[in-house]
Amino acid sequence: MLDQILQSLKYFQTETVLVVSFCVIVLADLIFRKKSNVTSYLALISLVVATYYLGLQGSDGIKSIFFNMFAVDPFSLFFKAIIITASFFVLLFSLNSKELVSKTRGVGEYNALVIALTLGMVLMTGATNLLMMYLALELSSLTSYILAGYTKDAEDSSEASLKYIIYGALSSGIMLYGISILYGLTGSVDIYGIHQALMFQHLNTAALVVAGIFIVVGFGYKISAVPFHFWTPDVYEGSPITITALLSVASKAAGFAMLIRFTKVTFINPAIGNLDPGMWDIFKGIDWRFILAILSVLSMTIGNLVALSQKNLKRLLAYSSIAHAGYMLMGLVVLSNEGIAAVMIYFIVYLFMNLGAFYVVMLIADRIGSENIDDYRGMGFRSPLLGVAMTIFLLSLTGIPPTAGFIGKLYLFSSLISAKIFWLAIVGALNSVVSLYYYVRVLRNMFLRDPQANAQSLQISFIEVFILILLVLPTILLGLYFTPIVEFAQASVTMFGIQ
Amino acid sequence: MSFLGIGILSWITFLPIVGMVLILFLPKDNKKAIRWTSVFFTALQVMLAVFIYMNFNRGLAGVNLAEGFQYVEKFSWIDIKSVSWFGRIHIDYFVGIDGLSVLMVILTAIISFIAVFASWGIEKSLRGYFALLLLLDTGMMGVFVSLDFFLFYVFWEVMLLPMYFLIGVWGGPRREYAAIKFFLYTLFGSVLMLLAMIALYFSVSVIDPATGEKFHTFNMLAMMNPTNYDPGSILAGVGTSWRYIAFIALFIGFAIKVPIFPFHTWLPDAHVEAPTAISVILAGVLLKMGTYGILRISYPMFPDATLHYQVPLAVLGFINIVYGALVAMAQDDFKKLIAYSSISHMGIVILGMSALNTQGVTGAILQMFNHGTITAMLFLIVGVIYDRAHTRGLNEFGGLMNQMPKYSGIMTIAFFAALGLPGLSGFISEAFSFLGAFQVEAIRWITIASALGIVLTAAYMLWTLQRVFLGSLPEKWKSLPDINGRELFTLIPLAIIVIILGIYPSPAINLMTSAVNTLVGVLNQHGGAMFLGQ
Repeated sequence: MLDQILQSLKYFQTETVLVVSFCVIVLADLIFRKKSNVTSYLALISLVVATYYLGLQGSDGIKSIFFNMFAVDPFSLFFKAIIITASFFVLLFSLNSKELVSKTRGVGEYNALVIALTLGMVLMTGATNLLMMYLALELSSLTSYILAGYTKDAEDSSEASLKYIIYGALSSGIMLYGISILYGLTGSVDIYGIHQALMFQHLNTAALVVAGIFIVVGFGYKISAVPFHFWTPDVYEGSPITITALLSVASKAAGFAMLIRFTKVTFINPAIGNLDPGMWDIFKGIDWRFILAILSVLSMTIGNLVALSQKNLKRLLAYSSIAHAGYMLMGLVVLSNEGIAAVMIYFIVYLFMNLGAFYVVMLIADRIGSENIDDYRGMGFRSPLLGVAMTIFLLSLTGIPPTAGFIGKLYLFSSLISAKIFWLAIVGALNSVVSLYYYVRVLRNMFLRDPQANAQSLQISFIEVFILILLVLPTILLGLYFTPIVEFAQASVTMFGIQ
Repeated sequence: MSFLGIGILSWITFLPIVGMVLILFLPKDNKKAIRWTSVFFTALQVMLAVFIYMNFNRGLAGVNLAEGFQYVEKFSWIDIKSVSWFGRIHIDYFVGIDGLSVLMVILTAIISFIAVFASWGIEKSLRGYFALLLLLDTGMMGVFVSLDFFLFYVFWEVMLLPMYFLIGVWGGPRREYAAIKFFLYTLFGSVLMLLAMIALYFSVSVIDPATGEKFHTFNMLAMMNPTNYDPGSILAGVGTSWRYIAFIALFIGFAIKVPIFPFHTWLPDAHVEAPTAISVILAGVLLKMGTYGILRISYPMFPDATLHYQVPLAVLGFINIVYGALVAMAQDDFKKLIAYSSISHMGIVILGMSALNTQGVTGAILQMFNHGTITAMLFLIVGVIYDRAHTRGLNEFGGLMNQMPKYSGIMTIAFFAALGLPGLSGFISEAFSFLGAFQVEAIRWITIASALGIVLTAAYMLWTLQRVFLGSLPEKWKSLPDINGRELFTLIPLAIIVIILGIYPSPAINLMTSAVNTLVGVLNQHGGAMFLGQ
């Protein structure tokens, strides 16, 4: 037994680094109370080290460790890379976020919690046991609750935190209930074991359907799909911008990774071809594919339509992220390797464009103290650089070439058309048109309206320009030359236990 | 043919981008340098266009044969190796021109050059304006030279953003509304086109001669070859409902750009609010992309659907012609009148195209070119008077003939060309379009009815001339200066083209004859026959 654990630790280095650096940061915070930046750099360094070990993991192949609790495979490696990159950028943003510095007492705890959140999300990507999944989900959720309310002097921040806890506790409670029903039916919490049971035993269909729906609730909450999205706008609006950015990208990635692994391993009959409708057959009772398609359509449509009338940019981006969850669910509806690869490609693209958009919001909010779209009047003239960068990010979010967002949408639509699910492709395409309207509304304020008479031009420091360029460049270049991300995604669809 | 190892079509397409980058590095206040840099790069473009015109081999056909294209450049752009569950992805940077596109390339170069001069009076954020104008130029040129559908789509979309800002920032009072309306309409069409493109992609595959590997392709020429359609794929076969749906999706994408009734409502708004130079580009080049796309993509890839929808297409042409003319007649805003006359004139292109015979298609392409030059003149003319009088109300003018004699002269040429007076270029292309359409029995009555549009056009054009130039001169316009040298410089080259092509159209027609014959051949050959890929 000890042998197995020691063996497993070899493949658990990234996570170990995160655990150790969490402890180190907490200690460092006690020692260097005044010089709070030390913890920020420590956190950044720990992510770099974690990335290094993640790179080493590439050669480990496909394994299951810790008594089949946790899978080490290209699929989890991919999502870990996304999550760690997102956390890295968010920590960079936090370095000079005025919101964090002015409204809180030190950022030591903040940095430690971001690392803990990252750890939780990283664990979600590889969990292959329902208990492990649940624990990882809770680790990431609990840290998110605290971080959402981190600027506790701001009223909306506390409100966001409280709402988040209530919704989060309810959804994970329901999910846990679903898990327990599933365990009762199949006698296993291991997803491979559940798969076997579903394949070969005759189970009560009604109970299965109930369990399935309950578990979907938990996932739906994590990826903020409609109708489990009600927490999203308030939490996104109230949280510090850096945390909103992290939640919108990394947390969603972790949720999707877990959802994809769970559905694919548990419910898909691998014997039936990749695209045949029969592949869901082992999970009888309901047309699950159709349910996912409905969730996707609802998320895109409601996300986009509600975003049309938003006045606060953070809230607008919250609804837009709901819509993007809907787009990504389209790939999950296909669920073939093609669909999964499309979701993964979308995540790489989404990482840069969405973080970029939030970064611009943060830079502007730090200077004008507002996230209101109306206060963005003439911002393109007050700071051409921010204006142009925002234009690129928003176009990419709309999916207009030659930005990377187009490539993401192209692959999603392609996977749908290849699987002959045309109606969903059409709904998705029309939704992009709707989304254009609210993204362009921001541009309209930035460029088409003149600044107020007394408005000053904004000063942006060199380091901020540098970070911005780090996000802008991939957003454009990956649109013009997308070979690397497609190859990376295609090589990463392999999961433990699936051919 | 290449220079510095880069082909001439890449030069003509990307020169404006070079200019744009240069302009962005120029100091903001050096207005002179910014303007002249734009002039320099668009002038180079015109020179390249002249070079292309001189050296264009009139005998090569193009359309669906790779060997028939000229100035071809083909490089591998995206190449992603296949994995067990997903085939190889291969996208080429593939450009080339044939008889269908060469006139459009020349037109784009000329109109862009003229638009730069027409923008001389712009003062607000000059650097941004010219940078966007040059980006727009690249997008337009790219659409006309692309032979890879993916590349075509990228260029098609690249134009949207500059156009949005050019209308939205430098436009008239209702510019925000007009700009977003343009953007939304076009994007709506584009996403439908995107879906059709993906469907085509998954239906067509070619074999790599080097490795023998079979893979899907975005190559337009491969999509035109019926033998490349995979059996059982969505767009295989002849006259299947999916083929009709894909055809309609593509058609809506193009129709919005033309614009064809009922997708035309963005056009008057965009035109009225846009600054003069942008109206010139919009009417002169952008509208042609729609009809060009139908000829380049819809016709040869969907000959069966084209034949099937011949009559509806002609009906749409008829509606555009007559409806556009009637609405134009009701306008008293000068610019709106020209905008609706554009809709009417593009209807003639649609009617000519729907004939599916040599005369009709020749007339349509020629009309695309002629309408580009004539309408550009008309919008410049509106710009001249608006700059002076700051109003476009037709009823406020009168008796300007004596006040502005030179202006009256050039405006008369443009108006008579627009109403199709023999001896000017508009007449030739309209005559060809109607002749072609008249020969086809199925649409003969539609053609006859459309001829009504000619009369209506003459009516509103002459009535406009009368309202502006004849009658008594109102007191407030007594000090209006005549047209100046720069404005004349933008108008005279166009006037020369209009007159020359009116008297002797062969230089333009010769360019396209073989391509048009090939296109008509493709339609008649494959239209009724079956696809081998079944």
